[in-house]
Amino acid sequence: MSADYNVFITEETIEGAADGPLADSTVAVKDNISTEGVRTTCGSEMLDDYVPPYDATVVERLKDAGATIVGKANMDEFGMGSTTETSAFGPTENPAAPGRVPGGSSGGSAAAVAAEEADLALGSDTGGSVRNPAAFCGVVGIKPTYGLVSRYGLVAYANSLEQIGPLAPTVEEAAALLDVISGPDDHDATTREEGEESDYASAATGDVEGTTIGVPTELVEGADEGVRERFEETLDDLRERGATVEEVSLPSVEHAVEAYYVIAMSEASSNLARFDGVRYGNSGGFDGNWNETFSKSREAFGEEVKRRILLGTYALSAGYHDKYYKQAQDARAWVKQDFDEAFESVDVLASPTMPTPPFEVGDSLDDPLQMYLADANTVPVNLADLPAISVPAGEVDGGPVGIQFIGPAFGEEEIIRVGSALEE
Amino acid sequence: MSDTSPGPEEVRHVADLARVGLDDEEVERFTDQFADILDYFETLEEVPEVERDADLVNVMREDEVRDSLTQEEALANAAETEDGYFKGPNVS
Repeated sequence: MSADYNVFITEETIEGAADGPLADSTVAVKDNISTEGVRTTCGSEMLDDYVPPYDATVVERLKDAGATIVGKANMDEFGMGSTTETSAFGPTENPAAPGRVPGGSSGGSAAAVAAEEADLALGSDTGGSVRNPAAFCGVVGIKPTYGLVSRYGLVAYANSLEQIGPLAPTVEEAAALLDVISGPDDHDATTREEGEESDYASAATGDVEGTTIGVPTELVEGADEGVRERFEETLDDLRERGATVEEVSLPSVEHAVEAYYVIAMSEASSNLARFDGVRYGNSGGFDGNWNETFSKSREAFGEEVKRRILLGTYALSAGYHDKYYKQAQDARAWVKQDFDEAFESVDVLASPTMPTPPFEVGDSLDDPLQMYLADANTVPVNLADLPAISVPAGEVDGGPVGIQFIGPAFGEEEIIRVGSALEE
Repeated sequence: MSDTSPGPEEVRHVADLARVGLDDEEVERFTDQFADILDYFETLEEVPEVERDADLVNVMREDEVRDSLTQEEALANAAETEDGYFKGPNVS
């Protein structure tokens, strides 16, 4: 039952079409993805009674494909966190590692799949929020290329970085769910034509003969010893299947975490301005003038959300814009350039998804900077708009760990093919 | 601590700009944390200048009338409405 792990914020069945590719599948949908007539809270007290009047494009596509949605999955408030402990509806537990966090921010979605409370799930990935919980819960998660999946109806946190992505027990099932949700959308001008007639599921052949896998040394050095061992074993396995592994260097990724957080917080400070208690969001009451009332209603945000809004406001304020935001954009361009160069000589890049096994509950909450650093391997991918998959790679200290494969833009088939080799 | 880290007064000022109410404990905690986090962000100064060759394209569409939410649907999540409008607090 969901009560055990606190997987869902709202349990409600939304029936899809009678038939379609997902007619036999149940899906958990992260609670920042709008569902018509079913409350969508973003894990926030601010939106605890918000009921969207329309479906997100991905939800429409799920229904058209015959899927049955079984609930809205728990998450870090507004997607801000790496552990699913900052939800206003209480933390989710990791079904694959008791006493540990499920990762975040799509922790409820990953836990739903791991606990078999849903066959499949949708999460959103701004800096690793699909891949991180996939790794911690021992399931598969895909962060698609920016523009492959519509963000219409996804409550925005950092638009230039985030994509909705699938979680599933196997690479092939995750790919099949990506087939359903990908493709252009009139409602989202950042979507592209790629993915319209996709068949990612049939790319899960497990064949890596002749594939060149690059390993960025910068993304391995910081990982725990046990995680590095699992990673090396996985690479050995791929070599035995005919892949070539070579080291590459991505010097820019040393600055990816700070660039990511400056950009994400800046975008968050602007995006979350819409929660004013007037159009939507809980009102603080109408005493005082607009600004006082507005500030009062926004006291309801959790601490991590306030922290990011304030740091984003500071980074964009007069006198500091060039110092933080402009330099972060330079770092982003550098990261993109580094990846482009790497893909001239390799087919995919591989790294541990997370540098550690799942954290103990409560471990990271007191030190936000420490939590931000945990995303070092996943955020470069969002800065570069690239696709990446996290596939289970065994356990360390009783908790699952994942391996991440990164592809060139719209190289989903390549990472799905390489990822599926680990399941043979 | 970085020489540009905000003190408690500046944290309050930024919170005012962002229209986010904070209690005294939060101000104290954020003042400490922001020093660490902003110090870390300053390592961006080591980033070299990179030529950005983004190939951007316009994605304009015709400005045509399309189906949209009804007035009732658009107002459905508002705490207070009047005569088909959102009702908010005084502006000043």
